[in-house]
Amino acid sequence: MNPNLLIKRQTNPVIEAQLANATQSQLSEINSELALGLSAEELEVIQAYFKKENRNPTDVELQAIGQAWSEHCCHKTFKGKIKIEGSQTINSLFKTYIAKATNQIKAPWCVSVFEDNAGIVKFDKGQGIAAKVETHNHPSAVEPFGGAATGVGGVIRDILGVWADPIACTDVLGFGPLDYDYNKLPAGIKHPKYVYMGVTAGISTYGNNMGIPTVNGAIYFDESYTGNVTVYCGCVGLLPLSKYAKNAQVGHIIVLAGGKTGRDGIHGVTFASAELTEKSEEIARPAVQIANPIEEEKLKRAIIEIRDRQLGSAITDIGGGGLSSAVGETAERFGCGVKVNLETVPLKYQGLAPWEIYLSESQERMLLTCTPENLENVLAVFAKEDVTATAIGKLISQRRLKLSYNTELVSDLDMELLFNPPQSTKTALIQTPKRTEEPQFPQPTNLTEALIELLGAPNIASKESVIRTYDHEVKGNTLLKPLQGDYAGPNDAAVLKPLDQSLKGLVISCGMNPNYGKIDPYWMAASAIDEAIRNNIAVGGRRIALLDNFTWGNPEKPERLGALVRACEACYDYATLFKTPFISGKDSLYNESPLGPITPTLLITAVGIIPNIEHTTSMDLKKQDNTLYLIGKTYPELGGSEYYKLKGTLGTSVPKVRGGKAKRTFKAITKAIDHGLIKACHDLSEGGLAVAAAEMALASGLGLTLDLQKVPAKDLEQDDFVLFSESNSRFLIEVADADKAEFETLMQGKGCVKIGKVTKEPQLHIKGLNGKIAVDVSVDMLRQSWKKTLNHKETE
Amino acid sequence: MNPEDIKVCILRAGGTNCDAETQRAFQELGVQAQTLQISELVKHRNLLDYDVLVFPGGFSYGDYVRSGAIFARHLFAHLGKEMQSFIDKGRPILGICNGFQILVEYGLLPGFEGISPIPEATLTTNEPAGFKCKWVYLKQENQGKCVFTSAIPMGKTIRLPIAHGEGRLLFPKEKEDVLLKRLIDADMLVFRYCTKDGQSADGLYPTNPNGSFHDIAGICNREGNIFGLMPHPERALYWWKQPDWTRHNQMLQYGDGKLIFQSIIDKLTKH
Repeated sequence: MNPNLLIKRQTNPVIEAQLANATQSQLSEINSELALGLSAEELEVIQAYFKKENRNPTDVELQAIGQAWSEHCCHKTFKGKIKIEGSQTINSLFKTYIAKATNQIKAPWCVSVFEDNAGIVKFDKGQGIAAKVETHNHPSAVEPFGGAATGVGGVIRDILGVWADPIACTDVLGFGPLDYDYNKLPAGIKHPKYVYMGVTAGISTYGNNMGIPTVNGAIYFDESYTGNVTVYCGCVGLLPLSKYAKNAQVGHIIVLAGGKTGRDGIHGVTFASAELTEKSEEIARPAVQIANPIEEEKLKRAIIEIRDRQLGSAITDIGGGGLSSAVGETAERFGCGVKVNLETVPLKYQGLAPWEIYLSESQERMLLTCTPENLENVLAVFAKEDVTATAIGKLISQRRLKLSYNTELVSDLDMELLFNPPQSTKTALIQTPKRTEEPQFPQPTNLTEALIELLGAPNIASKESVIRTYDHEVKGNTLLKPLQGDYAGPNDAAVLKPLDQSLKGLVISCGMNPNYGKIDPYWMAASAIDEAIRNNIAVGGRRIALLDNFTWGNPEKPERLGALVRACEACYDYATLFKTPFISGKDSLYNESPLGPITPTLLITAVGIIPNIEHTTSMDLKKQDNTLYLIGKTYPELGGSEYYKLKGTLGTSVPKVRGGKAKRTFKAITKAIDHGLIKACHDLSEGGLAVAAAEMALASGLGLTLDLQKVPAKDLEQDDFVLFSESNSRFLIEVADADKAEFETLMQGKGCVKIGKVTKEPQLHIKGLNGKIAVDVSVDMLRQSWKKTLNHKETE
Repeated sequence: MNPEDIKVCILRAGGTNCDAETQRAFQELGVQAQTLQISELVKHRNLLDYDVLVFPGGFSYGDYVRSGAIFARHLFAHLGKEMQSFIDKGRPILGICNGFQILVEYGLLPGFEGISPIPEATLTTNEPAGFKCKWVYLKQENQGKCVFTSAIPMGKTIRLPIAHGEGRLLFPKEKEDVLLKRLIDADMLVFRYCTKDGQSADGLYPTNPNGSFHDIAGICNREGNIFGLMPHPERALYWWKQPDWTRHNQMLQYGDGKLIFQSIIDKLTKH
């Protein structure tokens, strides 16, 4: 430490930075010495501010600014300016695309979008549904178990942060290939298998211990996730809308509740806003928090009681940035200033400097405000649940961030400075998708083998061994479970029945197609939206709200940012088309490692409702002699498909979304489900028609005969292309004889054709375009291949 | 006693997480059920106001040592006297999953000689190891002593879900055979894991999902008023909770889980 630049105060463990006359290089020295993560431009703004204040800042103040201005907290990339090379400048991706779609759709059932810890939509009987999805990639790369567990804990607190009772979790994960060559692994990168075991164990431990069912999710494998594990943790909650209290005022007391504060998780947000390197482990190990789900379970009980008794005036979770974000944002939101006494914060151990107390991301903590009159009652509720709670400060009228430590003022900042970071401008380069030749190869002679192999491909194979380690039944509300049929087939969406007095169900699904993004990020995003919606539609969902979660590489590299712009354009185009508003979202950027950048990955989570749960439809075949219909047209769209991957190629013909047609299809299916005409419904995704049909059969123990000549296909002359094309907006639907006429009338003009029948004999029998047998295989064999890749223990 | 006069105490501690659905199951059947945090019971010392005591599932106190051990010791230390009188009066106690583990750790189950000062059995790490959430089949093998299965005929197969990582019931290896004989002779054996058509699991995975000795899923004490089981009846209450309800056109209103709660209500109302 340079003693001339950073001077220790005599009284308290506080450092004053000699900013006033610092040169640019000295500013940068202070920046790196205190690990502030600020840019040169930002440092100059801060220097000018303190010149005006006529004093030097403390380390507490600089750290507070560093956190507030970090990518993680203020989303510089999404809210900043983007200059597109050779084109216009976008003022905020968020406003231009994501929020704009929601504003245009103006759905009357949206209660709170983007402004709070989670998005809120109406449900039933005065209850609302809160939803949030977070990323926890960086911590999970350094410490897979702890990173994933605290990811779950964090998103559950986001739900508590809108006074909602968490009722279900959803987790989507991306790993490198589990058979990755150890010798190719660079120093500092953990083997995908180790990361996979740790992350899945972390998720199950936190959800199971807290008693929140993990009902939905997905696991993807991609080479690029080797260096950048992708961990999306989502949670939905239920809240009585009349008790959604957010009326904090000057004079209200700030209460810190939950776990004690230690050095764990300091600079987590700064770390999350930087690329991973070989040194990440050494530097960032303290940035990963430690999880204690039981503490959060108790905290949850107390918060729900405080909500029900209406004792609080506002609430927020303590996550990234620790107290600094929670305290600052609460004051900012209610137009107040704040006074906090840092020495009152309960510590795990002594010796924390004031700035450490203020930044620590120790887990299982929440921040509440209440009137001075209610304080005693609030503290009593926490005491009953054996949760530590302390009044640490209050909201004041002066718009300043005042922090004291043992009566000494260690921060006195203008709130305007804290919440108005200099807007950044980044440069984006939009690349036209690489137009390499579409691969040409003759149809393999044995398509049965190709199908068996595809079912065992990691992205398609059964995830049962993981799903069963997640408690998906706790709370007793899980109506449609993640695994369906006697043989645990893959579900399209989860359905919950959260209210005793209502037959309304809550439908949760997701969509993600990272492989398509390697060809065109626009169609990747469009496909993810289509997939999330069609999964929801398939089980009976409608009135769908979306959540967007971007996991991207370094946005300072113009081509990466250009891809992000394209994905956002698709988000706007298709959300408005389907009238599915975004209600919440989050981005994780800077996912780069010595192995290179992450494959741009957009997760779309869809939250829908089903008016009467009795109509919920599952994907397993129900009865022999029923008819199987294919809805939606099949195009030569194998670019980025699992079939091409099997052939070792990527291709260019990425699936598109034909919005108008898709919308009509979705509507017709919803109607048919409400009329009780559909016995089973499954969406077509990875592996296309053949894999979807195989999954329906292997879930049930029944068989299918299909005829490819009936498939409405355009420009497709090979059986393998018809079988494995991944064109969007398609479904396979099983209908009983008695309902065929009504179903066909409903489906007129929707590209719906009869393509086969359910058979008692468990055999998949597919006739090719030339009338000869293309696939003929026992369902048992398909199931074996599907189950063996990732199921180590299950022998059912 | 009328059903609406029956008072059920569902006792929870930090980490208990199946109390709400357990309470809902009792309420659905028309009895009074109240969830109490253990600190409230310690404060008011009113355990004897209740007719039934239930330990629901969860991870009490994090289960950072043997599952259920901390809750059991805490209960013994702070409410030992009240527990003793509750048991002396022969009032029924139900332990589900973590609750079963608590009853074993307390020495209430199996309870060959009454309350044992040290646990006589253990519910330990599954074999194969790991948390598992799935539906299983159980055969009711109690001849009539257990008050929580009176509505289930002996030999009947029912279906309930499990969700645990430590559900393998073990006796001390050298006493295994003797204790099993006593368990059967005293009619303390209640549920065993079995196949869909009621065939013995023979200790084989996955029909026996956790490697439990003699495929045991639930046992009662020698008086039959204290019962513990690993599966979750409260998660199998309604028709729509069944894993295969979408495969059927018609469903009965309730799932098999109801039978456990109905049994004890029947018993108490007949007295």
